[in-house]
Amino acid sequence: MTDVVTTVAVAMFAGAVRVSTPFLFVSLGECLTEKSGRINLGLEGTLVFGAMSAYAVSYLSGSPWVGVLAAGLAGSLFGALHGAICRLPKVSDIAIGIALMLFGTGFAFFLGKGFIQPTAPRLQAIDLGFLVSDPQLKVALQINPLFFIGLILAVVLWWGFANTRIGLVVRMTGDSAATARAMGVSVDGVRFWATTVGGFLAGVGGAFLSLFYPGSWNEGLSSGQGLMAVALVIFSRWNPLACVAAALLFGAAGALGPALQSVGISQGYHFFNAAPHILTLAIMIATSSSKRSLKGAPGELSITK
Amino acid sequence: MSEEGGRAIGVETIGMTKIFGSLVALEDVSIRVRPGTLHALLGENGAGKSTLVKCMMGFYQPTRGQMSIEGHEVAIRNPRDASEARLGMVYQHFTLVPSLTAAENLIVSRPDCPEIIDWKREIAALDAFMATMPFRVRLDTPVSNLSAGEKQKLEILKQLYLDRRFVVLDEPTSVLTPDEADEMLGLLKGMTTRGELTILMITHKFREVTAYADEVSILRRGRCVGGGLVGEIGTQEMARLMIGDAEIRERAARVERTATPVVLDLAALHASDDDGLPAITSIDLKVHEGEIVGIAGVSGNGQSELVEVLSGQRDLDDGRILVHGHGFEPVRDQMARLKVFSLQEEPLRNSAVPRMTVAENIALRTFDEAPIASLGWWLKPGTMKARARDLIARYRVKTPSTDTPIENLSGGNVQRAVLARELSGDVDVLIVANPCFGLDFASVAEIRTQILEQRNRGAAVLLVSEDLDEILELSDRVAVMSGGRITLDAPIGATDRSAIGHAMAGGH
Ligand SMILES: Nc1ncnc2c1ncn2[C@@H]1O[C@H](COP(=O)(O)OP(=O)(O)OP(=O)(O)O)[C@@H](O)[C@H]1O
Ligand SMILES: [Mg+2]
Repeated sequence: MTDVVTTVAVAMFAGAVRVSTPFLFVSLGECLTEKSGRINLGLEGTLVFGAMSAYAVSYLSGSPWVGVLAAGLAGSLFGALHGAICRLPKVSDIAIGIALMLFGTGFAFFLGKGFIQPTAPRLQAIDLGFLVSDPQLKVALQINPLFFIGLILAVVLWWGFANTRIGLVVRMTGDSAATARAMGVSVDGVRFWATTVGGFLAGVGGAFLSLFYPGSWNEGLSSGQGLMAVALVIFSRWNPLACVAAALLFGAAGALGPALQSVGISQGYHFFNAAPHILTLAIMIATSSSKRSLKGAPGELSITK
Repeated sequence: MSEEGGRAIGVETIGMTKIFGSLVALEDVSIRVRPGTLHALLGENGAGKSTLVKCMMGFYQPTRGQMSIEGHEVAIRNPRDASEARLGMVYQHFTLVPSLTAAENLIVSRPDCPEIIDWKREIAALDAFMATMPFRVRLDTPVSNLSAGEKQKLEILKQLYLDRRFVVLDEPTSVLTPDEADEMLGLLKGMTTRGELTILMITHKFREVTAYADEVSILRRGRCVGGGLVGEIGTQEMARLMIGDAEIRERAARVERTATPVVLDLAALHASDDDGLPAITSIDLKVHEGEIVGIAGVSGNGQSELVEVLSGQRDLDDGRILVHGHGFEPVRDQMARLKVFSLQEEPLRNSAVPRMTVAENIALRTFDEAPIASLGWWLKPGTMKARARDLIARYRVKTPSTDTPIENLSGGNVQRAVLARELSGDVDVLIVANPCFGLDFASVAEIRTQILEQRNRGAAVLLVSEDLDEILELSDRVAVMSGGRITLDAPIGATDRSAIGHAMAGGH
């Protein structure tokens, strides 16, 4: 029995590390965008488009890292598009986000048709298996470098929000646009760049999907990670470090179904696969209250305003 | 005096004009502020005071007109130009970032803010700066946790920290207690006489003008109608210039009544604040027909939570509200049935939908009833506008049209529009919070008269105010709130300022 429990626990740990990376990148990107006072719901589309671009470019160039870069650039284009459209008067960032989400996925499927068959070079994992002797753990410690980059990025963002001028300006723009304007800061400019960089990160998250895990390009690649990441940002109260914890939690929840299956429990497989979605709902309900205000929410967000 | 310090600068506007669509908010305004003086800018609500200073600071682009600094014409195209010219402003609505700490707010406002902030060094520098300042603010607290007075101080500290030589203060004392206001203005006045600073101050309080200002300019309907040295122009004359020959409304006489029934009965109310901590505790209060009960207290002692509870913005943890002996829940249909109305502080936030038009805002209570709606759902915008026009005229709301978004009205006119909505019907219970905050003296007289008239008509009025003079003037009975509890409840004749002051400080 204990064997089964450890197997499941190790599998979930491995899953957490593996599945969390796209969550982490998308949520960090969304965190940055939301800190500047805008919501980009289009990151699901950016993620899928990033996955496609990464796979295609990796295949064409032969280098997965060039693919990652391409995914980031494609993502920043989507972010920039969102940022540029939202500059116009009377435009809702939520509506544009949804439009870009549909456009991104649709356009990715359209351009990506030809890349479903070929096999592109994949990203190599860093093997930390030598640290342990347990064979299961050895496999679990095959960790993608993007995961570490994500961790570093989270710390950099967290530090940057408090200790750099740009960080303070982004927070100011997100919390009180009138103040920023009174100080001569271009509010639209800051939001444009925050959305663009946020898009870059989401694109990189997509590259992880197609180049590492699951590691191929097809139309069912993303199961709403881009959307769940938005919920994740709210749940982590706009704190990049909390985003890491939340991404790991979501990753572990996502690994629950396959982990149970691997030890022979296949009953309710689909139910357990839905765990991240259920978790999203449960957490949102548990952490919100009609009596308390949402601590840490940027004051300019269209959902909290 | 400015020559000695060599710091304060003189600023002049030449023919400043600003047109919003069809509304001429400013017309050909030329004002001269001499260096090293404290210059007051007076004018009724909507006269264009804020518009003028925003044009000076590059926040608005004037339609026509020039700025001159120390005798040289200068183009101020945006706030950055203004800050380069060492001009600064404390806006009427706070411009601090709520989620940033005081220290972060100060640092980020600096044009030469370093890309990477060495907090140890900056905090040491800020501490050193604070030590030279007449007043202090906690540096490591997020601004959202500071009181209104502390925020105001921080705003002014920010201007001094940025080494501005000409500072505009848009109604700086409206959120301060009279003592705080005196302290702050005294210190600022000292800085101007020492030639360190020039100040242009917008205010509605003659007392502050006569006590602290050197010179005064007066705006009416977007035009500069006069001004001069404070010693040479009396308050009578200032008032006449402000409102022209319009009559100020006579205060309604108080109709005396005895032994009237209880209308509003608060029984052991408990409620929590946004952090879930108790904000009001065991509030028991009865308001009789034709009575004004004034609730005094230093702001932040549970008054706003109490008003929020009564107007349905905050849930009760425990207790009951009774109106005419019936249990009352502050929802729309019960408010309509029991005739409960309210006039809240910060009306733009609490009682209006900023981006909806004036007509729609005025109709918020009646839009689904005849004659504006048939069958409760088919709205007639024509009727809605006609009714709004009628109320706009009756309550003298200054607005370009019924279709203007209400957020474009000046502060005083938003207040009047809300007043028109809340008082035009048949009122049994009226809940009022700081109704005269930021209003000119004519509007103050008007609104207090309206409240008194509702009382004379038999309404039970609960008046929450931080202005003790207002409470003493209007109330039949005074209650004091401190720490979320009622610490005093007495008829107006049976108490005095010192007893109230003692109770405000938490004594029983
Ligand atoms: N952005 C805007 N768009 C349209 N009209 C405006 C705008 N800002 C101000 N106004 C109008 O200009 C006029 C002057 O407004 P302003 O805010 O300058 O008045 P004020 O003298 O500061 O009044 P208060 O004492 O109430 O603050 C008002 O009638 C107002 O409705
Ligand atoms: Mg004003």
